[in-house]
Amino acid sequence: MRAPDISRAVGDTPLVGVPGLAPEGYEIYLKLEGHNPTGSVKDRVAYYLIEDAERRGLLHTGSRILEPTSGNTGISLAAICAPRGYKLTCVMPENTSEERTTLLRAYNVDIVYSPAAEGSNGAVRVAREMAEGDPDVHMPFQYGNPANPRAHYETTGPEIIRDLPDVGAIVAGLGTGGTLTGAGRRLKEHDPATKVFAAEPEYGDLVYGLRNLDEGFVPPVLDEAVLDGRIKVDSRNALIATRRLVSESGVFAGLSTGAAVHVAQRICTPRRLPSGSKVVVVSPDGGWKYLSTGAYAAGDVDALAEELAETLWA
Amino acid sequence: MSIDVRVPTVLREHTGGESKVTAQGSTLREVIYDLETRHPGLKERLVDDSGGLHRFINLYVNDEDVRYLGGIETPTEDGDTVSILPAVAGGSS
Repeated sequence: MRAPDISRAVGDTPLVGVPGLAPEGYEIYLKLEGHNPTGSVKDRVAYYLIEDAERRGLLHTGSRILEPTSGNTGISLAAICAPRGYKLTCVMPENTSEERTTLLRAYNVDIVYSPAAEGSNGAVRVAREMAEGDPDVHMPFQYGNPANPRAHYETTGPEIIRDLPDVGAIVAGLGTGGTLTGAGRRLKEHDPATKVFAAEPEYGDLVYGLRNLDEGFVPPVLDEAVLDGRIKVDSRNALIATRRLVSESGVFAGLSTGAAVHVAQRICTPRRLPSGSKVVVVSPDGGWKYLSTGAYAAGDVDALAEELAETLWA
Repeated sequence: MSIDVRVPTVLREHTGGESKVTAQGSTLREVIYDLETRHPGLKERLVDDSGGLHRFINLYVNDEDVRYLGGIETPTEDGDTVSILPAVAGGSS
């Protein structure tokens, strides 16, 4: 593969089987989005967000982009913006992992922190407030921008269909809803019988916080009609699957991948999917950015899950 | 017949601070109405005026979002766990 610049090296990621982790009679494949240039699925989204804004004439040399993100999207936007000369400000919860903060600073990204207790909702709130008062910044807003699901509709989905035409189900993390909405819709157009499941991490009490329930957040890009189910995964089950991926399948992936694999294992039952079904799990990133969480450390997984319950998904 | 109900921080004012309470009922609706008899005020935080679930609340029976099961009429059985969680934006997005 040869590309004129980094933004053209996005996508076309490997789809690899994890036979040891699939329940008997089923096949599970991981779409390894960690193989994108900056190491996450968000490269696809960032490329589409910026291309879309350029096409609509919203950006010029020296423009500033502002986005609420707890990490991956910020890193992807930074890499897409750098060669194009756009400045970038990321709004993220103050408890975001050190690896991500350090990397963003290396890209010359300006960081604005939002209160940890407000989680991602807080980053969204602060970014909106900042953008409202400043006509010179452009906020792509991944949670509400149709270019986000379109990236997956036009790239992730077709790649899966190309590599596994008889895919029976797809599982991905909820996040912004872009992956599930875009890739899920594409797969259902290919075969209406394809099932689409969301894996939702069960965060610690800190993330859910004390906020007013009337201020809850459902990402506008999420098309709930595409989903066939939404299953939450606690820290323990996500850790078990993540650690088995490394030790038994040789796949070093992040915690969201483990959570999605847990859901894939759970739906591989005749009640939901015919025996012999092939399930694709979208693995959003590799494990490198999460090493400092302690998730891969030696030790008893139950003790680890308890210890990390509040920090695992930060 | 007993169903465990997990209550998020933001609703514990109705359960005397408890994070886990028990209830009875063969559907989620019955569970919620049973909870209301001991934990007044909880029902109106979960159910809107038209009798459906509030938009920014996610309810799960055994980890599965009830919107994709039977909604508020989702059957519940002895030993099931009902979890109540606020809707939040994605983790590492």
